[in-house]
Amino acid sequence: MTTQLTSGTAACPGCIASPAEPVQPIPQDAQIALSLPGIHCSACIATVERELNAHPGVEDARVNLTLKRAMVKASRDLRAADLIPVLESAGFEAHELDPGSLSATQADRAGRDLLMRLAVAGFASMNVMLLSVSVWSGASDATRDMFHWISAAIALPAIAFSARPFFINAWSALRVKRLNMDVPIVLAILLALVTSLWETALSGAHAYFDAALTLTFFLLAGRYLDYRTRDAARSAAEELTALEVPRAIRLVDDTEEEVAVATLAVGDLILVRPGGRMPVDGEIVLGRSEIDRSLLTGETLPVFAQAGLAVSAGEVNLTGPLTIRATAVGEDTSLHRMADLVAIAESGRSRYTSLADKAAKLYAPGVHILSALSFLGWYIYSGDIRTALNIAAAVLIITCPCALGLAVPAVTTAASGRLFRKGMLIKHATALERLAEVDTVVFDKTGTLTSGTPELTNLSDHSRADLEVALALAEASSHPLSVALTKAAREAGIKPVTLKDVTEVPGYGTEGSWRGQRVRLGRAAWTGAQEGDQTGAWLSVAGQAPVCFQYTDSLRPGAAEAVQAFRDAGKEVMLISGDTQGAVQALAEKLGIEQWVARALPQDKAARVQELSDQGRHVLMVGDGLNDTAALAAAHVSISPASALDAARVASDIVLLGNDLAPIADACDTAVKATKRIRENFRIATVYNIIAVPLAVAGLATPLIAALAMSTSSITVSLNALRLR
Amino acid sequence: MEVLAYLIPISLFLGGVGLVAFVYTVRSNQYDDPEGDARRILSDEWDDRPKP
Repeated sequence: MTTQLTSGTAACPGCIASPAEPVQPIPQDAQIALSLPGIHCSACIATVERELNAHPGVEDARVNLTLKRAMVKASRDLRAADLIPVLESAGFEAHELDPGSLSATQADRAGRDLLMRLAVAGFASMNVMLLSVSVWSGASDATRDMFHWISAAIALPAIAFSARPFFINAWSALRVKRLNMDVPIVLAILLALVTSLWETALSGAHAYFDAALTLTFFLLAGRYLDYRTRDAARSAAEELTALEVPRAIRLVDDTEEEVAVATLAVGDLILVRPGGRMPVDGEIVLGRSEIDRSLLTGETLPVFAQAGLAVSAGEVNLTGPLTIRATAVGEDTSLHRMADLVAIAESGRSRYTSLADKAAKLYAPGVHILSALSFLGWYIYSGDIRTALNIAAAVLIITCPCALGLAVPAVTTAASGRLFRKGMLIKHATALERLAEVDTVVFDKTGTLTSGTPELTNLSDHSRADLEVALALAEASSHPLSVALTKAAREAGIKPVTLKDVTEVPGYGTEGSWRGQRVRLGRAAWTGAQEGDQTGAWLSVAGQAPVCFQYTDSLRPGAAEAVQAFRDAGKEVMLISGDTQGAVQALAEKLGIEQWVARALPQDKAARVQELSDQGRHVLMVGDGLNDTAALAAAHVSISPASALDAARVASDIVLLGNDLAPIADACDTAVKATKRIRENFRIATVYNIIAVPLAVAGLATPLIAALAMSTSSITVSLNALRLR
Repeated sequence: MEVLAYLIPISLFLGGVGLVAFVYTVRSNQYDDPEGDARRILSDEWDDRPKP
C-alpha cells in the first residue's frame, strides 16, 4: 500500500478532482513538509532536527511529534527529494507531503476561536460562581446587590463574546423559520440575563448570571469536543491526501522538468514512468507498456498500451515509460467528470436527520411552550409580570439542554477515539449513528476485498522444468505478475535456469534464450496463446505449446473475517464489481457471498445502491475506486481504505487506515453501542428535567437548584459516555 | 466588610492574569505539539544557552 501511496513520481489526479479546500500558494521561503511515521522519542526529534539543519540550504527545521511531521524552511531550490535520503541514512522513514494540501492554519483558526471562547466562558463562570456562592450562603442587602452588579459586569461582556456561535446558529435557523437546539439555548441565555438584570436593578434575591455562564461553558465544551474529534480525523485524512504530491514530468525540447500537475496544459508532452499515475487525459505518443485501470473500472486485467491509445487520468502505468500528449487537463479530465457523478448522486447523509436534531425537534417546541405556559399561568394567577417572567426564565434555564448538548459529542468523541486506535477515521459527524442502522453491506472487489496484488494460483500444474525457465524470466522483470510468480516459485524452492540475452519488452513480457531456444513469458498473443478470461501470464518454450500461469487478486487481510462477521450479524452482504464475471464469481464463492454483480459500470453501482435505499434498506458501501465514488456518496454510510483514490476518500464517511478489513465489523458494533449510549444520555437528561421542571414551574427553583441540576446532569452524561472506552 | 473592596478586585485581577496568560499561549502556538514539547524537555541540546 505504502509503495502505491508514496511512489515519488506518482502524480495524483484525484487531488485535482477532489472538491477539497482550495490549494494555497506555497510561501516564498519554500516550506517543505515531511511525514515521519517512525519518530517516537526525544532522541528522534533531536536527530532529525540536527540532520536537517546540517543540510545545506535548510534555514530551519522543526519536528512536530504529535503529527509526526517535520516542517522545513529552506531555500527555493531545495527539494524534498534531497532531504529524504538524508533522513533515511539516519534511519528514519520519510515521505514528502504536499504543503498545499495541509490547510492546518485555516482549520486551526476555527479550533482556536472555540478554545478562546471556552476559556473566557470558564474564567467568567468561575468568578461569577464565586460571587454567587457568597450570595447563596447568606449575603444580603447592599452586599448582595453589589455582588449581583459585579456578576452582571462580568457576565454581559463574557456572554456577548463566548456565546456568539450559538447566537449565529440560532439566528440562521430562525431566518429560515426553523428551530434547532441553539434557539432554546439562546432564548434561555438572553432571558436569564434580562430577568437577572431586572432583578438586580430592583434589589431582588435571585439572579441567574452564573447559570447563564455555566450553561455557555458546558455547551462550548461540548462543541469543542465535537470539533476536536472531527479535526483529528480531518487532519489524518489531509495527510493521506498530502502524501500524493501532485507533480508530473513535462518534456520540453527533450529535457525533463518536474512541474505541478495544475500547470499542465493541453498539448503538453508528459513522461509517465513505470509505477506512476496518469496525471491528465491524453494519448500515448511514445512507448509501450501495460496499464492498470482497476481504480477506474475495477478490472484487474492490465491493458496493453502503445502509441495511439487514449489514456485517462488515474490509470497506473505498469512496465515501460510512456510519453503522452495531454488532451484534457484539470477539470476536463474524465476522472473529474466521474467525480462529478458524486455531486449528482443524492447523498445518503443529506437525507439523514441526526439523533441530536430529532431530539431538538421534540425538545425545542416543548420547552418554549412549557415556559410560555408557566409565564401565562403565573401572570394570570399573580398578576405580577416580574414574578411571571422570573419563573419563565427559571423554567428555560432548568430545562436548558446542557446535558443534551453534551449527550452526543461526549459519546462520539469516546467512540471515535476508540475506533481511531483501531485504525478507522470517522470523518463525518453523524457517520456513527448511520453506521449503527446498517442492514445491507455492499463491497467493491478490486482494491477493497482484494489487495490489488496478484497471487499465483496454479503453481502445481506446471512441470519443474517450465517453472525453472519461468522463474528465470520473471526475475528479470518488475511487472506485478512477474513479481508474484517469482515469490511463489522461490517459496516452492524452485531454482532458476541460466538464460542468455534476457530482455524485457515493455507491454509484452520478457524473453530470453535457453539452450539456444527462444523462451518468452508474457501476454497471451505474444506467446502464441488464446487470450483468456482470467488474469494470466503465458510461458512459451520454442517447440512446445504455451502454458498459462493463472493469478487471482490476493485477498485483503481480514476480508473473510469481515464478511463472515457481517453475515453472522444477520446483515445482507453483496459484491458489486466492474471486473469480469469469472473473477467476481470466484471471489464471491470463496467468501460465501450469494449476491454478486459483475461488469458493473459506475452508474450501475450507484443505481443499485439507490435501488436498495429505495426499498428502505440502509446500505453500507465499502469501495476504493473512482467507479465506486458515486455509490459511496449514494449509500447510507460509506467506508474506503486509505489506498483508495482521493476522490473516493472524500466521498466516504469513514476511512480505514490500516491494511486489514476486519475492523469494519467492529466499527458497526461500536456504532451500535455508541448510539445506545446517546439514547441513554437523552434519557438521563430527560429524567433530570422531569425532576427539576415541576420545581421550576411551581416557582420553587432557586439559582442554586438550577446550578446543581445543570452540573450534575452534564457530569453524569459525560461519565456515561466514557463507559464506551 | 470593607476588605471586600480589596479582595474582589484582587481576585478578578488574578483570574484575568490567568486568562491573558492562556490567550497568550494559544496565540503563540504552544498547543500545536503537546507530545513533542513533553519530550523536548528531556533533550540536553540547548541546556547551556537558549536556541537562537
